[in-house]
Amino acid sequence: MSAVLTRRRALLGIGAGTLLSACDRVQDFGPARRILDSGDAISHGLQRALIDRAALAPEYRVDQMSPVFRTNGNANPNTPAYGALAANGFADWRLAIGGLVARPLQFSLAQLRSMPQRRQITRHDCVEGWSAIGQWQGPLLGSLLKLAGVQSAARYVVFHCADQIGGAPYYESIDLIDAFHPQTIMALFLNGRPLDIGHGAPTRLRVERQLGYKQAKYVMGIEAVPSLAGIGKGKGGFWEDNVDYDWYAGI
Amino acid sequence: MLNVGAARSAPAYRDGRACCKLLPVNDVRPAQVAPRKAYRHRLPTRLWHWANAVTVFVMIGSGLMISNAHPHLYWGVYGANLDTSWFNPPTFPGWLTIPSSYNLALARRWHLLFALVLAFNLLWFMIASLVNRHFARDLRVRAAELKPAALGRDVREHLRFRFHDAAHPERFNLAQKIAYCVALFVLLPLMIATGLSLSPGWNAGAPWLLDLFGGRQSARSIHFIACWAVVAFVVVHLVAVILAGWRQEIGAMLTGWLRVPEGEGH
Repeated sequence: MSAVLTRRRALLGIGAGTLLSACDRVQDFGPARRILDSGDAISHGLQRALIDRAALAPEYRVDQMSPVFRTNGNANPNTPAYGALAANGFADWRLAIGGLVARPLQFSLAQLRSMPQRRQITRHDCVEGWSAIGQWQGPLLGSLLKLAGVQSAARYVVFHCADQIGGAPYYESIDLIDAFHPQTIMALFLNGRPLDIGHGAPTRLRVERQLGYKQAKYVMGIEAVPSLAGIGKGKGGFWEDNVDYDWYAGI
Repeated sequence: MLNVGAARSAPAYRDGRACCKLLPVNDVRPAQVAPRKAYRHRLPTRLWHWANAVTVFVMIGSGLMISNAHPHLYWGVYGANLDTSWFNPPTFPGWLTIPSSYNLALARRWHLLFALVLAFNLLWFMIASLVNRHFARDLRVRAAELKPAALGRDVREHLRFRFHDAAHPERFNLAQKIAYCVALFVLLPLMIATGLSLSPGWNAGAPWLLDLFGGRQSARSIHFIACWAVVAFVVVHLVAVILAGWRQEIGAMLTGWLRVPEGEGH
């Protein structure tokens, strides 16, 4: 930082500003930072302890839906592999379920569409603050996991996606309580139409009690794992790894 | 009724008690030259106050950074860029925000950890203040305080920047009681309740809370408005502390004992 900027900052720093910049120093100090980061696990633990684990996220009426459900994040993976899948309507796409399961499985889009579906009008909350309401439809993630037979050593479910940000593959993870929650679906339809590319075609996760960045789009593989270590940078998701968002996004 | 000179030497006080009560000989301590001291803030009040001061400071700074992430406010259940906002807050500059450069993730970590401190600190303080009768004794508004004559006296005393009842310097005046009650029982609970309404986890756990505020984007707007009411409280509070004598006031909140300034009560 230049001397001029330092001095200007020092002048501005009189009073509250001094305290505010002290917060910058606190968050750069390892032990303090660990305390700051503990809020994630505390929120997760408190919500699991105080909220019914099967409690449903609010569902809305048709007349409460957003006129336009905006896209966010990647609007197209833009990889040759994904482009080829999209070019023939995802006929060659398969959703792979693996990891700690008794029977690794692959589902075609037609198979997923022929399974029992849940349709729900729910609210999507971006971590930045905006909300959009849309109608999602798809099979329960729990049904897919039951077909594959999740082993008892599994603790988390990881979603591997077709898109990348800055060369790093997008991925997300949730615990088994959210994975088997009755509103957690692999959405195939938004507002009655097959998911378009902007919203994550051919399928995206809907985990309705968490924020938008957990709703992984362009899901290619679902993996049951005992630990998040060794996946990406180990924090359970692209944004968690690279920008320090909380792993538990229920708050 | 009173001129300023008379008020200096022998004011009448809001509880209407006779001025003779104010004679130094009636003081707890017989030493007439020593400054009077009154025990004003019990330990739970002092602990809560300072923890809460730090917490509110962090919540406002980190909250302004979170506002910067999507500076548009809406009414209703949904609201995003393509919907109509009722207010677009300015981008708050780095010297007002935590952290000082744009970082939503870290602002959330500050905000959501200190939200727990805010809520649980308030919870134990409220329980302690019911048990030790702080609320009942110190914050309860008495009927006598609402009589027109008492109200008029309170306003006049405030206009003279005299905030302490010289006969009972440990007592809060009416305006203080109202301000503290609004902050404690309205503003802080409203911040917590609207904040919880922004949590998708708590929306599932307590959907009635969301309905109470008319949807998540309404709750977010109310959270923002109530934040400015808290800021207004803090500003008035700090100005009042300075006008009342910041050394004595801060000393009282540190030690519990208020040293009554010379010229008040003598």
